[in-house]
Amino acid sequence: MKDIILQLNAIQKSFEGTEVLKGVSLEINRAEFITLLGASGCGKTTTLRIIAGLENPDKGSVLLEGKDITNLEPNKRNVNTVFQNYALFPHMNVADNVGYGLKIKKMPKAEIAGRVAEALKLVQLEEYGKRMPDQLSGGQRQRIAIARAVVNEPKVLLLDEPLGALDLKLRRQMQLELKRLQKQLGITFIYITHDQEEAINMSDRIAVMNKGVLEQVGTPNEIYYQPRTSYVADFVGNANILHVGEDAFAIRSENVLMNGEEPCTKEAQVVEKSFAGGQLRILFRLEDGQLITASRYGIDADISVGAQVKIGWLPEHAVKVVEA
Amino acid sequence: MKMKKWPFVYVGIITVITYIPILLTVIYSFNASKLSSVWEGFSLKWYAELFRDRDMREALVNSLILAVLSCILAVFIGTAGALGMHRKKNPVNDLIAGVSMIPIMIPEIILGMVFLSVFSFMGLPFGMITLVIAHTTFCVPYIFSMVKARLVGMDKSLEEAALDLGASPVRVFWDVTLPQIIPAILSGVMLAFAMSFDDVVISIFVTGPTVNTLPVKIYTKMKTGVTPEINALATLMLLTTVVLLVGAAVVGRSGKKQKA
Amino acid sequence: MRSAVKKGKSNWLLLLPMYIFTILFVALPILYMFLLSFLSRAEVWGVDFTFTLENYKRILEPLYLGTFAESLKLAFLSTGLIVLIGYPYGYFMAKMNAVWKKRMMLLIMIPFLTSALIRLYGWIIVFRSNGVLDKILMGLHITDKPLKLLYSYPAVVVGMVYSLLPFMILAVYSSAEKLDFSLVEASRDLGASSLKAFWTISLPLTLPGLLSGIVLTFIPSMGLFFIADILGGNKIVLVGSVIHEQLTKGRNQPFAAALSAVLMILTSLMIRLYKKLTGSAELEGLM
Repeated sequence: MKDIILQLNAIQKSFEGTEVLKGVSLEINRAEFITLLGASGCGKTTTLRIIAGLENPDKGSVLLEGKDITNLEPNKRNVNTVFQNYALFPHMNVADNVGYGLKIKKMPKAEIAGRVAEALKLVQLEEYGKRMPDQLSGGQRQRIAIARAVVNEPKVLLLDEPLGALDLKLRRQMQLELKRLQKQLGITFIYITHDQEEAINMSDRIAVMNKGVLEQVGTPNEIYYQPRTSYVADFVGNANILHVGEDAFAIRSENVLMNGEEPCTKEAQVVEKSFAGGQLRILFRLEDGQLITASRYGIDADISVGAQVKIGWLPEHAVKVVEA
Repeated sequence: MKMKKWPFVYVGIITVITYIPILLTVIYSFNASKLSSVWEGFSLKWYAELFRDRDMREALVNSLILAVLSCILAVFIGTAGALGMHRKKNPVNDLIAGVSMIPIMIPEIILGMVFLSVFSFMGLPFGMITLVIAHTTFCVPYIFSMVKARLVGMDKSLEEAALDLGASPVRVFWDVTLPQIIPAILSGVMLAFAMSFDDVVISIFVTGPTVNTLPVKIYTKMKTGVTPEINALATLMLLTTVVLLVGAAVVGRSGKKQKA
Repeated sequence: MRSAVKKGKSNWLLLLPMYIFTILFVALPILYMFLLSFLSRAEVWGVDFTFTLENYKRILEPLYLGTFAESLKLAFLSTGLIVLIGYPYGYFMAKMNAVWKKRMMLLIMIPFLTSALIRLYGWIIVFRSNGVLDKILMGLHITDKPLKLLYSYPAVVVGMVYSLLPFMILAVYSSAEKLDFSLVEASRDLGASSLKAFWTISLPLTLPGLLSGIVLTFIPSMGLFFIADILGGNKIVLVGSVIHEQLTKGRNQPFAAALSAVLMILTSLMIRLYKKLTGSAELEGLM
């Protein structure tokens, strides 16, 4: 039995005549880690801001635990946000930042202090209460922003590309930590990113967005192995999209066979070879002119540009998709 | 880039020249002689005379009251205006903002002339009220533009974060917006206060027969002849400026700490 | 996207004081000045509400036209000197390190924020007959009798330059501070002499500051009648002095209004020219 905590019903939103959201509907389960994944400008941030109450939708409704909160002011929603640039109040120290929401709720001072200490412990920055935000590193600010939000025990925590400003190594580390936090707290996380790796690493479910529309919602496995649309196949799996008659098929590059792997049945010419991210990528042109990329780990393959070779793929690796 | 010596020398020479008249004023304020051309030994008698001068004291108090009232009004009008215009942009706002800047764009004499004629047309009695109105018109632009610039540079998500954490819009203003713009208000006030306290041209036109401001008083004295009393006054005013500027630098430093 | 407070319901409350104050005490008074300039002076006291062009015709009389010419001449001369002295000053200051920048800023602000009158007063001590300058010059046997510089044209020019120089320095400084000096290095690297590098890189890039400084010194210099009054005696009559005189002694508000209107039009032409040349509405270094 599903336990739905938040429901978006046919949300539409335009800014100055540009349609940013074209009817977004989504059901989010309690204690779920769900990611809105999409390129910049796809409407994911606007969706988040509508959930937070920082924007009002033109049409549609937002339900939190069955109650309509569509036009409720942001300060009256039991939803908190971790902002992209952290938005720590520069004139308050870390403890005051973290305790701000509790102070607003008029919680007794002693209790605030206890809760703040607990939250700081949770993000492993117990000693930092007296520091000012500008005395913290990027990663530390990030943790404080998270502590400031979770200390209020929100029903839903919204995270707007919270790791975007961190370097790669720190980002990997924070991914694991966020996932741990979410499990520990049992709070619903709605996470925004444009990084498919991040989405796959952390999420229980991923909602892929494109041009104000949800293209597909599913587990990382479903999104990766059974993309519903060509956009999802391309954005999440970097898949090749091949057209056969009216139909489109997605074939991920690592599944393209070559060099005598079975079955290689199609004539192709090697157009280009390149090495990136630990992978060798080889671009072929099929006889009908369509381009297809194969990838292998390693830095070289016994194949040269211009050569006429045979390539192929297993039928189960060609997933039929809807053209976006 | 390598820095040659002569630019420093140039800047140094010009700076020294600009300080010569100031230093002379300070030196001659301690001169026992009434004539500024002869030195007759160290004396504090001009300070004593200055403190005994009731007119001068009254003028000083008037100038302080005038500057403080104008600044309070200007902070209220300018800050609220900047906040309101920041939230919603429209061409009427731009027009009003543009018009409000006119008083510091045109020669002061025009403003003085305008107020003299308007106030006499309105039948307002010339005195503190007319002075405050006139001074507020040129204090508003300083505060308005300072606050506006700060608001443009302010991270909008700070206000959103406070709202998100449950603060009401009024609370957001007191907890987040105001602390962010206070340094801007203070530097605006500093400029506005200095301009008001220093103003001769506009004050001459709008002051009444019973109210004298310090600069107007000094101006009349200077026109009638040299009194060493003014040397003493100048020295004290210079001292005040130095103290205020150092104070402002300290405030500015703590303000910068907050901003980063 | 919009600001945190979504519905600007309370917005008009914030704007109201600014709107009322600006309309009532800035816009309407200026409009009244223009109206006044087409009226005539009442027999005894006040204004006669009949339309006339007499005031503007009077400005064309040689006496007043000469005053305008004199004011413009002094403004041009002062501004020219201020550019020559202030531009290098502001430019060099921008090249100093952060500590010296702060110190110089303080040194400029102290006289700038001290009473303009008080600062002029120091020059009286310097210029007056048998004053400091005379003493020095006679002591060095450069001259043998007092020069009587006070109440002369040069004294007024010095007063103008001295009073308005900080505006130029601050404007040029704020512009030169934004200048990326690696651009100058790049041009030197590409073979430009230091003079050539200045002409082709530094000057064009600091032009907004220079122009802003010119506007900020030229405009007030036409209205600062008290400088001419104090250092020039009554020998030099500027537009500002005439306006002052017409209002106080002449009690001719309409004529003073017409003079002010012409001065204001000259001012706005200058600002418009500035905007056209720089494409910016903001005056650099004004604040």
